[in-house]
Amino acid sequence: MSAVKKGYVRALDIRHGRVDMSHGGGGRAMAQLIAELFANHLGNEYLAQGNDGACLPPGDGRLVVSTDSHVVSPLFFPGGDIGCLSVHGTVNDVAVMGATPLYLTAGFILEEGFPLADLARVVESMARAANEAGVQLVAGDTKVVEQGKGDGVFITTTGVGFLPEGIHLAGDQARAGDAVLVSGSIGDHGVAIMSQRENLSFDAPILSDTAALHGLTAAMLASGAAIRVMRDPTRGGLAATLNEIAHQSGVGIHLEEAAIPVKPAVGAACELLGLDPLNIANEGKLLAVCAAGDADRLLTAMRAHPQGREAAIIGKVVADPNAFVQMQTRFGGRRMVDWLSGEQLPRIC
Amino acid sequence: MKYVDEFRDGEVAQGLAKAIAAEVHHDRRYNFMEFCGGHTHAISRYGVPDLLPTNVRMIHGPGCPVCVLPIGRIDLAIRLALDNGAILCTYADTLRIPASGGLSLMKAKARGGDIRMVYAVTDALKIARDHPGKEVVFFAIGFETTTPPTAVAIRQARAEGLKNFSVLCCHVLTPSAIMNILESPEVRELGTVPLDGFVGPAHVSTVIGSRPYAFFAEEYRKPVVIAGFEPLDVMQAILMLVRQVNEGRAQVENEFTRAVTPEGNTKAQNLVAEVFELRRSFEWRGLGEVPYSALKIRAGFAEFDAEQRFHLEYQPVPDNKACECGAILRGVKKPTDCKIFGTVCTPENPMGSCMVSSEGACAAHYTYGRHQDARAVEA
Repeated sequence: MSAVKKGYVRALDIRHGRVDMSHGGGGRAMAQLIAELFANHLGNEYLAQGNDGACLPPGDGRLVVSTDSHVVSPLFFPGGDIGCLSVHGTVNDVAVMGATPLYLTAGFILEEGFPLADLARVVESMARAANEAGVQLVAGDTKVVEQGKGDGVFITTTGVGFLPEGIHLAGDQARAGDAVLVSGSIGDHGVAIMSQRENLSFDAPILSDTAALHGLTAAMLASGAAIRVMRDPTRGGLAATLNEIAHQSGVGIHLEEAAIPVKPAVGAACELLGLDPLNIANEGKLLAVCAAGDADRLLTAMRAHPQGREAAIIGKVVADPNAFVQMQTRFGGRRMVDWLSGEQLPRIC
Repeated sequence: MKYVDEFRDGEVAQGLAKAIAAEVHHDRRYNFMEFCGGHTHAISRYGVPDLLPTNVRMIHGPGCPVCVLPIGRIDLAIRLALDNGAILCTYADTLRIPASGGLSLMKAKARGGDIRMVYAVTDALKIARDHPGKEVVFFAIGFETTTPPTAVAIRQARAEGLKNFSVLCCHVLTPSAIMNILESPEVRELGTVPLDGFVGPAHVSTVIGSRPYAFFAEEYRKPVVIAGFEPLDVMQAILMLVRQVNEGRAQVENEFTRAVTPEGNTKAQNLVAEVFELRRSFEWRGLGEVPYSALKIRAGFAEFDAEQRFHLEYQPVPDNKACECGAILRGVKKPTDCKIFGTVCTPENPMGSCMVSSEGACAAHYTYGRHQDARAVEA
């Protein structure tokens, strides 16, 4: 891509410049944006190939691919931004399959007028997150839409990883008697974003939990526990993910409310906003279903990892042709935990 | 969470459950109506029925502002957004209420209506300030609790000289609805709704006080216990109701003394009286036309009344024929008695208004209580 750039004297004005239509026009301006901003931060040997597609070496095991679009508002929120979120979201989808995430592609839809300084922050954050997650960004695309037709930036990422032989995690593998575990406190991401939007302030700000979970999933798999399902409860929260698993496996799930970790500030914000932490998005937590006899071993492995320190066994799988998810409330009654209806929190990730 | 967890304590709940079980007579049934949607939600969300003896039944009343909003009123709001080009500001709960022509506010939004979800009427005022060239209408719904903030907003708009702000007033009154239920043939003559007492409203009572309920206790011989919205409040209120029934008393008792006084909030009442007056009649979903059961904006504030400003004419629209919301709101039927409950009518695709808000009897049962219809097999 440096071939096109030759002849330019003035570097991109990242501090004061803004995205304009030419940055998506396929001409020199676009090439310059890619070279000075994207390639500068995200560059690697595959991106440097400069071809229409990246040519990657063969890997070990089956290929796992996942894709995720990110439209979060605001773009910068306590604990993260759309850049790292777009890496974590996709890395986690690959990781909870039991695979090792290796490569990412990214598609950017930029809005005319978006400050280049903000774009640089986003790209730097992506680069940092990709580095930490051990993934390389191997292909990308940039489009620009007129002012008013986007909202700063939307990012779609696709992740690729390899799944070693012998690992088979799937939503239909839960069996009656299995234990259900969560890797930490729920609702942090959604509440961090909502508190930003609603100008709620707390003594200690609620931070998004956005994080890559590949290290935690590797540690869990290494524990040797018979894990049936791993999934990251993003939009729709714990409730939606557990209902998915219950339906796919044709089983019921019984939860203990008292066992589910919720940070006091998150609980308080939910109270105030009329939300249920069970329905709120997480971006750095995972749910696991494993054989009952291995639950303690898995819990120990999770708690030994920094991202699983607050892990807990929160319920069990039961035989139930209705595939209901139910919860014993702290209060002493029992209730259903249903999918969320409608749209509770738009543009959360 | 301090000052919240105390009211959800499982051990205290067990103690209250034992007290209720010890108090009830086994040779009779106790049917209590919780008027408010807030109570319905608490009962369902915390699984309160599991802690009650089988002969104590809670009937969900019409105190869900979203559920009692008739189709014709939603149609007016949609018309404001689509035909009058106004920015319509509304609480989230109203977005999915089914309206005429297969529309809802959410679908009208998808058709290009500028419909915005707000958390408070102050957000609508801000939108009006930010868009001086656009008409901004606040879709004001709710019982006595949400009325004072609307009154304040209208006064504020006048003080600021806001020329583009108005209110589609759908505020309704609790005592009229309770009276309507007690006066309904099902309750008065046929005995199909054997009501033994009411769990009285929490937040509404902080505004109107406990005095307005005295009439029901005296005239209709029905005990009323005003209760807070936490599950322990509800349990305590049920215990107090059982005791009244057993002792043959019919009094207004106040479980929610931490917030409710006999007079209520007189400052708020005066504000409301300054801005609003009684409507001669208002259509309620499920209850039909109920005389003097709602508020309208006084002539002195007519410029802020969207109905006058946009010359809106109310057109009543009959409910879906299969929908039993009417009977459910009166406590005559349970959600599961409705043929379309959980099949045609679900929270994703509500036919009737009781399925829309999480405080609605049908949505509460669908979301939190369906397991009671088919007890799952333990592993």
